Amino acid sequence: MIQAIAFYLFALVVLLSGAMTISSRNPVHSVLWLILAFFNAAGLMVLVGAEFIAMLLVIVYVGAVAVLFLFVVMMLDIDFAELRAGFVRYFGIGLVLAVALVAEILIGVGAWSAGGIDLARRAAPTDHVVPNIVQIGNLLYTRYLFIFEGAGLVLLVAMIGAIVLTHRERSGSRYQNIARQNARRPQDATRNVRPEIGQGVQL
Amino acid sequence: MDYAANLAMTLPELVLAVGAIALMLVAAWGGPASTKAVSWVSVAVLGGALIALTGPASAGGDAFYGLYRADAFAAFAKVLIYIGAAVAILMAPDFFRRTAGADLRPEYPVLILLSACGMGMMVSAGDLLTLYVGLELQSLAAYVLASFMRQDTRSAEAGLKYFVLGALASGILLYGISLVYGFTGSTMFDEIAGAYAAAPLTGSGRSLGLLFGLVFVFAGLAFKISAVPFHMWTPDVYEGAPTPVTAFFASAPKVAAIALAVRVAIEAMGPAEVQWRQIVIFASLASILLGAVAAIGQQNVKRLLAYSSINNVGFALIGLAAGTPEGVASVMTYMTIYLAMTLGSFLVVLQMRDADGQPIETIDSLAGLSRTRPGLAAALAIFMFSLAGIPPLFGFYAKFAVFYAAVQAGLFPLAVVGVVFSVIGAYYYLRLVKTMYFDEPTGTFGAGDKLEGGLIAVAAVFVSPLGYLAIPALSAWTLAAANSLF
Repeated sequence: MIQAIAFYLFALVVLLSGAMTISSRNPVHSVLWLILAFFNAAGLMVLVGAEFIAMLLVIVYVGAVAVLFLFVVMMLDIDFAELRAGFVRYFGIGLVLAVALVAEILIGVGAWSAGGIDLARRAAPTDHVVPNIVQIGNLLYTRYLFIFEGAGLVLLVAMIGAIVLTHRERSGSRYQNIARQNARRPQDATRNVRPEIGQGVQL
Repeated sequence: MDYAANLAMTLPELVLAVGAIALMLVAAWGGPASTKAVSWVSVAVLGGALIALTGPASAGGDAFYGLYRADAFAAFAKVLIYIGAAVAILMAPDFFRRTAGADLRPEYPVLILLSACGMGMMVSAGDLLTLYVGLELQSLAAYVLASFMRQDTRSAEAGLKYFVLGALASGILLYGISLVYGFTGSTMFDEIAGAYAAAPLTGSGRSLGLLFGLVFVFAGLAFKISAVPFHMWTPDVYEGAPTPVTAFFASAPKVAAIALAVRVAIEAMGPAEVQWRQIVIFASLASILLGAVAAIGQQNVKRLLAYSSINNVGFALIGLAAGTPEGVASVMTYMTIYLAMTLGSFLVVLQMRDADGQPIETIDSLAGLSRTRPGLAAALAIFMFSLAGIPPLFGFYAKFAVFYAAVQAGLFPLAVVGVVFSVIGAYYYLRLVKTMYFDEPTGTFGAGDKLEGGLIAVAAVFVSPLGYLAIPALSAWTLAAANSLF
């Protein structure tokens, strides 16, 4: 029973937030709706027993991709004064969204400990006793080790490439040299002088 | 099979990956000052990988549950790949030092090493996943290399074009792979071959999913070998990329992609030979024709060589269309000789610089080269005659081998049309020779680098009639490589 309620809740919120993602006028709101949709999709994955994909959704999509989207959206030419003008007005919605996210995490975890809907047997004929994170790990680090390492090299190349193509040496900028700062002693930097009256100080 | 044996079979890739990562650390801390050292050590790492090929890597069998295949075919392709990569590293310092606005950073050899590692995975693939990861490793490094001269807008454009079109091709390939996986139930080449043998491929009850998968996989591979109709990126990328990088693109990745296509065609989709042969024959004839006709109007040497590489891929595919061990052996023979001709030609292009040392790329600037730099002109003439397939030179033997294999397999019309089209191609190669030998000199090139001169001499000697001395060894080796696929 609780699983069915959780399923309909998650599914409904995914659909609604998906619709809001594309119908919001403000791109920032769109991204926030998208994050909500990802969270709920993660809840659905938990229900079908794919907890690994659920975590990937939260970590990769919410944690990385959605934040990246937000950055891009923020880079766009948006009138922030206009946005701030509505802050009080939208505060309620923001609060509701935050509460919804927390509540969904609680419901998701609750449904998971209650046993989950038995969709998993049809979706993927896997061993229920072994969590699928363990199963995927077992395959990735034994059977598919070679290409797993290869994929690591691909990511390394992507990183090197991004740095090679965009990194610039900025000449003329001054950096803080902490070691030099720490090595400097008061006696090198300060001088105790007792100037004669009317003589001034030699610098 | 224990873990150490698996690792021993993948030793060449291990050497390259570990070497590249270690050199990356040197590059990160050493900065641009370490470029020279990193370049030389990279060449040594490639040499080490070459030595590692002599062990279980050349005939060990399957490693990592069939993901990786260490056989004579892979070993042969890897020898060519490592040579191409090493020459690409060696030819870079002089170019980047003299060209204004270009600086060689130590990441260049590191990226080439990683790309070579990816190419090794490609040619050793025993599984569609290995194929894809290897291909992406090679391509991703290549995209970065194409735009390595980031102040140069043409180089940036080349990198962007290559990246966007390459991503599209990867998408097509992945779509094909997913179809093949869905309809065969496996990503392993052996099991895919079994599924193709068992499924009906002709008649009204044929498995459309398998056929669509085959078409998409071949379309994706055709992009990587730049065969018509997936060649559009080639001239722009070859023209825009820095010349050493262009030489690299035209040599090692091309050999790897051709070897990969051969392996997929024979090992994974061998039972569907009748089906893929149509695709290969079309791509081959279209590449030969387009490569020959479109090159005629070109004024830029690098664009001309890009069309030349499209043209040559067409000839190599004729050998694949035969589908026999002799056909595969002729493809590998062709790629060996093609490697020498192409690297030699690009090394000559590198010598084309004005008095200030800036590179020039127009064909007109070659006018009268026979009087100003007779040695260089003779070398380029040898490469051009050889690319055109004119008899005393080694390029003739390459074309002869593929046509002979096609005739042996009963593909007379294909061979005849190929020969006719190769005559069209000869026109623009000979135009270059005519410009060098019969036109009045317009200027002279600055002095060249000794190392590059030596490499040109080696390539020219290999391509010259002296190369025929290598035929017994070459044919025995390529046939052994080809037989390991069947």
